[in-house]
Amino acid sequence: MTIAAAPDLATTLADHRAHGRKLLVPYVTGGMDDQWLVTVEALAGAGADAIEIGLPFSDPMIDGPTVQAASLAALERGTTPAGVLADLGRISPGVPLVVMTYYNLVIRTGHRRMASSLAASGVTGAIVPDLPLEEVGPWADAADAAGVATVLLVAPSTPDERMAAIVERCRGFVYTVGRMGVTGEQRQLAGTALDVAARVKAATSLPVCVGIGISDADQARQVCEVADGVIVGSALVRRLLEGGGVEAAVDFIGGIRRAIDAG
Amino acid sequence: MTAAEGGAAPAIMGDPGAAGRFGEFGGRFVPESLVPACMELEAAFRAAWADPAFRDELSSTLASYGGRPTPVTECPRLSAELGVRVLLKREDLAHTGSHKINNVVGQALLARRMGKTRLVAETGAGQHGVATATAAARYGMACVVYMGEVDTARQALNVFRMELLGAEVRPVTSGSRTLKDAVNEALRDWVATVEDTHYCLGSVMGPHPYPWIVRELQRVVGDEAREQCRVLLGGADPDVVVACVGGGSNAAGTFAGFADATTSALVGVEAAGGAAMANGIPGVLHGMRSNLMQDEAGQILEAESISAGLDYPGIGPEHAHLAAVGRARYETATDAEVLDAFQLLSRTEGIIPALESAHALAWVVRAARAGDDMVRPGATVLITLSGRGDKDVAQVRELLA
Ligand SMILES: Cc1ncc(COP(=O)(O)O)c(C=O)c1O
Repeated sequence: MTIAAAPDLATTLADHRAHGRKLLVPYVTGGMDDQWLVTVEALAGAGADAIEIGLPFSDPMIDGPTVQAASLAALERGTTPAGVLADLGRISPGVPLVVMTYYNLVIRTGHRRMASSLAASGVTGAIVPDLPLEEVGPWADAADAAGVATVLLVAPSTPDERMAAIVERCRGFVYTVGRMGVTGEQRQLAGTALDVAARVKAATSLPVCVGIGISDADQARQVCEVADGVIVGSALVRRLLEGGGVEAAVDFIGGIRRAIDAG
Repeated sequence: MTAAEGGAAPAIMGDPGAAGRFGEFGGRFVPESLVPACMELEAAFRAAWADPAFRDELSSTLASYGGRPTPVTECPRLSAELGVRVLLKREDLAHTGSHKINNVVGQALLARRMGKTRLVAETGAGQHGVATATAAARYGMACVVYMGEVDTARQALNVFRMELLGAEVRPVTSGSRTLKDAVNEALRDWVATVEDTHYCLGSVMGPHPYPWIVRELQRVVGDEAREQCRVLLGGADPDVVVACVGGGSNAAGTFAGFADATTSALVGVEAAGGAAMANGIPGVLHGMRSNLMQDEAGQILEAESISAGLDYPGIGPEHAHLAAVGRARYETATDAEVLDAFQLLSRTEGIIPALESAHALAWVVRAARAGDDMVRPGATVLITLSGRGDKDVAQVRELLA
């Protein structure tokens, strides 16, 4: 049996958007439990347009307690970047895969080696949050050459001129940080989320997805009135940490899918 | 005249430029949310540092409040014991008992100038936390200090000191629950609070402009010491200048006074259990590219030493650069050597050093006894005594029992 590689991130998201579909990108920490890979496959069936996989790092600076706990659990299970990528190479999720990790893991592996092993595992996008525009060059060049889209972050604090330069170097979609803060659930959508989404929309033709703090179906629906899509991390990871398993993950993401489709 | 002033060669410890680079080290590896804040801080510091009124206020505060200049002390009995002439730069006599006050007064004045009303800080031994809480009290600012849970236990008195000074101490329970995790937590706080908060980073580490700001604010140690040594040594410079290295701020401040202006050998001493130069390889953590203790996958390792202030798996980027260009050399001292040195200085000179500072001393003791090339009989050695040992006395008592 041959395994079909996951589809390309940039072309898939652009295509879905062109068809009027709002984009839903759930996040799962690679290796966080023994069901994580099954969860990834199930999320594709639950309405995800792409899936973000965290390569766990010892010092996840932009992550709040939930993703920190998942990273720690993954590391305690002996998870390595190479192991997560090998696992991803064994599945055929049918939706694009994008990894999120911290720069030290990329440096340790080597820029070109990391880019080519992502590509070999069917991963076509990478988010490295501690690589801002000024520092991203060496990695982004290696990723470009391997056909991996380097997704850059824009934040509420990013001035317009800087935003223009960031979206210029960005590939796949623009990761729009919805609130000033680390990853984690919020009772209410941050006031900054819609503002920054609108500013980024005006600055680029790339799909604009808002992440950090998007916690439920209603918040996702609100964001999608302005943005092209949402990234949902901590709210999903918490359900997995609480032992909800594949079923809870599919339920939760399926609910968000219906909410953003209904508009 | 230094080489830089003559226009011949760039200064060894100069301005790291907009990219914040010290050779291949340094940089600004932070999430986009923090980049504008780092840029704003850099611009504010450049303006303040060029403003004579700011410099005047800083030096007069360090004089009238901080206890500067601190003296350089001859150590006749220790010198006789080691066969080398030992001079100590007495940062233990500065307000709050360590060099940390130099940095925090500067950063608090800068924060005030930027209109910030709240300081956050990380701390290991608690000295930087105490210093930050002190400056916050002095300038009427709110203050939150993140401290690893392991460290709040072994430095309980410093926790109480910070609380007396009006600061809130938040124990950090993530990761190894020591200094590196406190830095993560302070950065996480700052991302969410940048509008009214200044992150008062405690060493020459972190994203640009911090390594540069902290070195400039600590260079008063080296500049004073160089001039004081010239008076004591009839115009000459010490043969060797030694300082302990956690993140590396007392060492960077000391070295800044000597790297370009003298040919003195420079030696930084790390804890053997936290030796980023001896055991680390280049990587990126806490916003900077520098040498880091890490495993094969790139996960950061936990540092472990007798002194909370040196339990850091990295080192300031400028130190990695000074090593790479051969201007400074980095050594290590073991816990056992440090305990010996701690007692030796107490007995021979009546000065109880901080355990951190005792690392610098411990290397000098070993090098002198082993006949190291740098510390030949009769050599003159300046050691920066970064802090006083009061905070460590209870711990040492237990260790020696
Ligand atoms: C007395 C003393 N010396 C040295 C250090 C290490 O810091 P640095 O290497 O930045 O001077 C500390 C840190 O807490 C300290 O308290």
